[in-house]
Amino acid sequence: MASFAKPIPKIDHDSKKFWEGCNEEKLLLQYCNDCNHYIYYPRIVCPHCMSTNIEWKESSGKGKVYSYTIVRYGPPGFSDDVPYIPALVDLDEGVRMITNIVQCDLEDITCGMPVEVVFEQRDSVKLPLFKPSN
Amino acid sequence: MKDNIAIVGVEEVELENGKVKDGLTVLQIQALAAKGALEDAGIKKEEVDGMFVTGMWHQPGYGTAPSALLSEYLGIEPTYTDSTNIGGSSFEAHVGHAAAAIKEGKCEVALIVYGSTQRSDRSRNTGMPPILTAQYESPFGLPFPIGSYAMAANRYMHQYNVGSESLAEVAVAAREWAKLNPKATKRDDLTVEDVLNSPVINDPLHKLDCCLVTDGAGAIVLVSPERAKNCRKKPVWVLGHGESHSHWSIQAMPDLTVSSAAVSGKKAFEMSGLRHEDIDVVQVYDSFTITVLITLESLGFCKPGEAADFIASRGIGPGGTFPLNTNGGGLSYCHPGMYGIFLLIEAVRQLRGESDKRQIKDAKTALVNGTGGVLSSTSVCILGRD
Repeated sequence: MASFAKPIPKIDHDSKKFWEGCNEEKLLLQYCNDCNHYIYYPRIVCPHCMSTNIEWKESSGKGKVYSYTIVRYGPPGFSDDVPYIPALVDLDEGVRMITNIVQCDLEDITCGMPVEVVFEQRDSVKLPLFKPSN
Repeated sequence: MKDNIAIVGVEEVELENGKVKDGLTVLQIQALAAKGALEDAGIKKEEVDGMFVTGMWHQPGYGTAPSALLSEYLGIEPTYTDSTNIGGSSFEAHVGHAAAAIKEGKCEVALIVYGSTQRSDRSRNTGMPPILTAQYESPFGLPFPIGSYAMAANRYMHQYNVGSESLAEVAVAAREWAKLNPKATKRDDLTVEDVLNSPVINDPLHKLDCCLVTDGAGAIVLVSPERAKNCRKKPVWVLGHGESHSHWSIQAMPDLTVSSAAVSGKKAFEMSGLRHEDIDVVQVYDSFTITVLITLESLGFCKPGEAADFIASRGIGPGGTFPLNTNGGGLSYCHPGMYGIFLLIEAVRQLRGESDKRQIKDAKTALVNGTGGVLSSTSVCILGRD
């Protein structure tokens, strides 16, 4: 049986600043200065108005679980981690991101649960994960 | 209906326990499906001048241009070519594209083909490389595609207070239809309890909430109304078509309980001039049980949050008043990676009266919805006969 390593983001021109922020334990989001929307994931033009007048701002790191699943049979690289919780988190800034909910009992996870960002090292990168807010 | 384009040929290859016979290759099964569909139509291969081919079977290099490769294999040099790939809904999109191309005179005989040997190859689910936009997804171990559908299911069930039993009813109804379809892969008895007792793969989806993983191949032939006069079978008219996609990654889906079938379905209905109550038989992509609930609502057959009640009160299985997925669907008939072509084939057979024990009496109109990716793309065809 072939063993798979967990995927590490392949950092590129869009994502460099985002992952650099994560490595400093800051959740950085793009912000469009023309239409005043936060943007996630990062990109070269604003998906709302196509402006390139985009700056980076640090997120509060707080949000709510929009939805989640508990993985019982994992994809390659994750079979030793089951059960674990991939989730969609709606940040207070108004963007949604795929992440994992950690430090949370499986039976406690619900849609709408308030969460906050924590960072977890995986090889060369820190990944933005979320834990229940106190 | 003289301005409409006609579907005049359909074919699907036979499976044994979800696999193609004799270890046939992915090109062989597509060639056999194409040959069968053309024979069904009574059209010679030499007449085919529009090729619509896509698939996940393409390998680096040779297989990256599916319509070109399959055309070469079949000895066809088309004047119109289309390898649109928006996932499992691609074939409903191909029907719309083919109809437009024929109307424009770009081609006269369009051939849509799909095939996959994923079951025989054991080729599914190798994970997505964490590049480009997948770098914000793959590192978090969200299984593709089930993890995204599971999140849609959790959101839907949370928002509308719906239980797993309501999802399971979709799988049970599909199995009841499959029992009437000798070609269906799964034909043994199935109860709601069986679904709920099957292993949870990604909460809240059980193994039996998920479509099958099989091989399969199918083909469809479309022609102008003029050419349809001299075909073997009576035409099935393309009355309406719509397509859309709202996202590719689930994190960009605006509302996990509403798919872009709200857009593509509306377009198809408007083009057809029909209303929901005019539709006799419905084929909806059932990659997972939740897909059906979300799609029926997005298409407007019922209001948001009411699909479970709608299904319970109307009945979607044999004997119900809302016959759905009459071949057994992706849940019980077959699901070779991209299932959308089989929805169309079943709708055509129903409208021709060729569905034997599962035939819907006097069916004159059908709605076909394809869904691709992670509730990402949809395409809707409304079909009818004279």
